[in-house]
Amino acid sequence: MATYVEIASVTVGSGGSAYVEFTSIPNTYTDLLVKFSARSARTNDAGGSDGKLEFNGVTTGYSSRMLLQQGGAYSGTSSTLFYFVNSNNSTSNTFGNMEVYIPNYAGSGYKSVSIDAVDENNASSAYGVLTAGLWSNTAAITSLRLTDNNGGYMQYTTAYLYGIKKD
Amino acid sequence: MAVTYEAIATQTLGSTASSVTFSSIPQTYTDVVYSIMTPTSAGTNTTIQFNGDSTTIYSHTQLYGDGSSANSLRGTDQSASLAGVSNGTASIRGNIMNYSNSTTYKTYLARGGAGGGTYLDAVVGLWRNTAAITSITFLASWPVGTVLTIYGIKAA
Repeated sequence: MATYVEIASVTVGSGGSAYVEFTSIPNTYTDLLVKFSARSARTNDAGGSDGKLEFNGVTTGYSSRMLLQQGGAYSGTSSTLFYFVNSNNSTSNTFGNMEVYIPNYAGSGYKSVSIDAVDENNASSAYGVLTAGLWSNTAAITSLRLTDNNGGYMQYTTAYLYGIKKD
Repeated sequence: MAVTYEAIATQTLGSTASSVTFSSIPQTYTDVVYSIMTPTSAGTNTTIQFNGDSTTIYSHTQLYGDGSSANSLRGTDQSASLAGVSNGTASIRGNIMNYSNSTTYKTYLARGGAGGGTYLDAVVGLWRNTAAITSITFLASWPVGTVLTIYGIKAA
């Protein structure tokens, strides 16, 4: 089996979508990688729109520690797996750029998650975040959902799920 | 089609260890990527050495957060360089660019952190040696169940 394989992709259509989801994820890889290009329908914060990542339809057991920037740098914590993407009153035609890495996603331990997310806005406000997350659940990950907290994702938002195999 | 991203080697620890070495790294790739998963804490910082070199020719710049404040630190003339924090169930990844050339010093970028731990970080490191990298050693208080993998990325 090849080392780095695209498992599935999603492109949001004209109606938008509250979330982007991958289901029936095979357990034959070692790690998972998600590449996410997104724009939220949010219009009350040009700096960006926050979202959350969840697994297997489970809404509990998440924690994260973050490095954030918006011109200055600061750190915070969250009870979700936290990220930012572009909002709909940010620079036009601009989508946020995000990568999620989940090592040993099908293993029997708790799941560590790494998220790097940036949104750029040619104005005074834009966010970037590095997230170290944890899902305190021993279940293998079989689905994952990226949910916008402020109105959903717009058309042309895309997500690609890759499997990485160590041998 | 040429293989672009390929697993080179992996080690899964059945006992605790203070160092893990990948040796005889093929020189046929462009970059090397490392991925480390720790089921529990490996201590606060992990460090990296190349070709068994422990002389003080490493340096690094780290940006880190602890959940309440963001900080940065520099290290110069070190005997090993930071490779990403791991003080909980953690994911660490690093990209060692142009590892096999024999004309430039070697640089890498790393990300580490544990959601249930204390810190997360982003690191840039430098090994002031022009030698091609043929082995990589990761140092920390590695717990049982730690999985360390190196991948090769080929530009063409």
